[in-house]
Amino acid sequence: MKFDTPATTNPIDKLKVVGQPTDRIEGPLKVSGTAAYAYERHDVEPKAAYGYVVGAEIAKGRVGSMDLSRAKSAPGVITIVTAQNAGPLGKGNYNTAKLLGGPQIDHYHQALALVVAETFEQARAAAHLVEITYVGEAGEFDLAKAKDGSKPKPINGSPPDSKVGDFASAFAAAPVQVDATYTTPDHAHAMMEPHATIAAWRGDELVLWTSNQMIDWSRGDLAKTLGIPKEKVRLNSQFVGGGFGGKLFIRADAVLAALGARAARRPVKVALQRPLMINNTTHRPATIQRVRLGAARDGTLTAIAHESWSGDLPGGKPDSAVHQTRMLYAAANRMTATRLAVLDLPESNAMRAPGEATGHMALEVAMDELAEKLGMDPVELRIRNDTQVVPDGASEQGSAPKRPFSQRQLVECLRTGADRFGWSARNPRPGQTRDGQWLVGMGMAAAYRGAPTTKSAARVRLDTTGVVIVETDMTDIGTGSYTIIGQTAAEMMGVPLASVRVRLGDSLFPVSAGSGGQWGAASSTAGVFAACVKLREAVAQKLGFDPEKTTFADGQVRSGNRSAPLAQAARAGELVAEDQIEFGDLSKTYQHSTFGAHYVEVGVDPFTAEVRIRRMLAVCAAGRILNPKAARSQVIGAMTMGAGSALMEDLIVDKRVGFFINHDLASYEVPVHADIPHQEVIFLDETDPTTSPMKAKGVGELGICGVSAAVANAIYNASGVRVRDYPITLDKLLASMPLRA
Amino acid sequence: MSAAHEFEVSRRGVLVVGASAAAAAAAAPAAAQGQGAEPPVIAKVSLEVNGKRRALELDTRTTLLDALREHLHLTGSKKGCDHGQCGACTVIVDGRRINACLTLAVMHEGAKVTTIEGLGQPGALHPMQAAFVKHDGFQCGYCTPGQICSAVAVLNEIKAGVPSHVSGDITAAPQVSVDELRERMSGNICRCGAYSNIVEAITEVAGRTA
Repeated sequence: MKFDTPATTNPIDKLKVVGQPTDRIEGPLKVSGTAAYAYERHDVEPKAAYGYVVGAEIAKGRVGSMDLSRAKSAPGVITIVTAQNAGPLGKGNYNTAKLLGGPQIDHYHQALALVVAETFEQARAAAHLVEITYVGEAGEFDLAKAKDGSKPKPINGSPPDSKVGDFASAFAAAPVQVDATYTTPDHAHAMMEPHATIAAWRGDELVLWTSNQMIDWSRGDLAKTLGIPKEKVRLNSQFVGGGFGGKLFIRADAVLAALGARAARRPVKVALQRPLMINNTTHRPATIQRVRLGAARDGTLTAIAHESWSGDLPGGKPDSAVHQTRMLYAAANRMTATRLAVLDLPESNAMRAPGEATGHMALEVAMDELAEKLGMDPVELRIRNDTQVVPDGASEQGSAPKRPFSQRQLVECLRTGADRFGWSARNPRPGQTRDGQWLVGMGMAAAYRGAPTTKSAARVRLDTTGVVIVETDMTDIGTGSYTIIGQTAAEMMGVPLASVRVRLGDSLFPVSAGSGGQWGAASSTAGVFAACVKLREAVAQKLGFDPEKTTFADGQVRSGNRSAPLAQAARAGELVAEDQIEFGDLSKTYQHSTFGAHYVEVGVDPFTAEVRIRRMLAVCAAGRILNPKAARSQVIGAMTMGAGSALMEDLIVDKRVGFFINHDLASYEVPVHADIPHQEVIFLDETDPTTSPMKAKGVGELGICGVSAAVANAIYNASGVRVRDYPITLDKLLASMPLRA
Repeated sequence: MSAAHEFEVSRRGVLVVGASAAAAAAAAPAAAQGQGAEPPVIAKVSLEVNGKRRALELDTRTTLLDALREHLHLTGSKKGCDHGQCGACTVIVDGRRINACLTLAVMHEGAKVTTIEGLGQPGALHPMQAAFVKHDGFQCGYCTPGQICSAVAVLNEIKAGVPSHVSGDITAAPQVSVDELRERMSGNICRCGAYSNIVEAITEVAGRTA
């Protein structure tokens, strides 16, 4: 199905199943421990041997010598895979650094060997007997130092620099100015399930039970890495224990399990050890961001500039922190610039809302600083500068007229949030509000994230008992894919959700959009919609009904005054339909985006500068919400991660050795129960017929955009201390706390 | 442990590389001995897991978590970190919740172990499991068994009068409050960030059983 004209009324609009806050259909499996994740597939490979990864202990250089003799003779050891014995290996399209290093070493904890043994305990013990010497080279690990040598790099397929009007003159002439530099540190995905794979060779075919967000990308990359045809690789990720962008790509567990299984001539299972994960895999890169805002005294922005610096290994990509600044606020004169420095730290890559997550942390604090200079309410400042067309459009579209947003309810989000949060009670003067011992403050931020869609296919079966079965390689990484795909099929076929089975995450199934970039929900359900349209036609034909006039409801198929149970169509044999959704130019005609507003209240202890988040509210306008319960969970989860970025998450670089020194879950701090209050989420009523037949967008990444800035702004409002260097830990606040004077 | 760690670092001849140190490392392998080279010591251990007696012969280095996951194929208890940092492996041993990754199986001869599988199964869920489904107290589901085992044990701890860091008066009976729940549940990390919903689920169950 080609989607190139806006959707009209279709069966989804009935909203009997879609749009309902249904419990997750895989919920009972997850809460009872019966959902089997990659490493747990005893059902398919009960005799797998165990692999343990040895990582490089220098950041840059090469292996001087590697002595495997003691490890090889250790009890239970079956084989040891290294670059020397693995044969020629390619590199995946989506990988920057090689997944098996040696002799050259590209980053700290790059995998150098996999020790395979009969048991986990034996593999672990033997891994510690691998003796490696290193020849180190000097590396660059300091973004602030490398910044001056950085180069322009494109972001999101558009040029690194954008320019509209004359920023420099307009900024110089602006009566009210903000010019501030913000820094964000490296962040770890720290998903709860480590990267894990069981690999088995069936002749020349390779099967991997793995934990991955993008089945088809990863199938291709694994084939490319191993130098075998893509058709010979099968991937299955039926459950994924979190990803957040960290599992968009194959990682060392997949490649090493495959190589280990080949060498051992039996299935091998590998989970990256937690202390290895942070330096072995990818992370969100640190940024340095300079934001300049120039405004008239009435708050009208006349000049906006946003420049961002980040680093990555040679051949890597920049963080696209400036992206939302091209989209959020009107101003006649504007520029953005993106620069990438070469660093020898582990690979930088996508993490939840790459670009916007960090970009809002700068822009939305700068807006708060501007509001204060103007003596204007921060909510009103944002409303004053709203736009219904892409303000930077000229840079992306040449001299064409500026593109409209298909839907843009930013102002509604801001006003609804202010009303529901009790924003009017906020004292704009910082450090003035007390609640017992606590200094209390409120902060807010706008939220922007694109709503991309991408090709997605599915197969739908009507079995002989009337059960509808959906098959697609779409993954559910906690997002609710199982449930919203089931809801889509149920709505389309006119059956209750209980009559639908959903099978996901297997490369045997049609290729879907996968889970990433907030495109998964809208795209994958649209693919299921397309397949169901075909299945409806097949059902109607089987029953001798006119497909154009056939309706599906309550398990019945009706056409005129004729009707039949849906199951009757498949009584003689299962009906199967397959199709994909392909998206035309509507996303070029219109800018598809999601919008939101975050409101946060914090308490700051005036003596210790301890920060406690007291209340959080997000208002989101993100198209049709396919399942309000799952969507709300996506947003509160993103708010939690944003709270982490604001208050604690910080991969600390050891600039002498060149690695993240806090590389486990004890020292890389993420929010825990005690950090997070009750959270509220409001979804504005919105359907967007230009995005997909589902009229939906994504929401899982919108939720993190702006949260950290809202926390930072609340801390300022509470304490009067402005910290521009994330995370805002008490040591950065303490020296300036008002009571110290 | 720290002595073994120091031994290991020096044995591997790690060269600390600074900006100026770009020289070849001459490794000095220390006298190689012991650690990992001997055959594993196998011991018998008998556990009562989810009401069933299970007799195992295990490498003594096997954690309780790996005994459950790799030997008994009870994979509901999750390995998130293997270092007692995340709580995903939480199980209930003789009535108390513990991190199964931080304890060796052979230390628990005769112990009664309750895992997530023992609390309830689809079709017959434990009230806490059902409340997690209803309140969407999870997303990816990987921390969920640990959260649920912890939550069940937390309510028992409060009932038994065990105080916590946030209990105002440690001689008074602790109450089921959101502050108590958040404090007591803070050893169970949920990176998907379902905390707000988890607290609602536990609160509902506490009300029901109070």
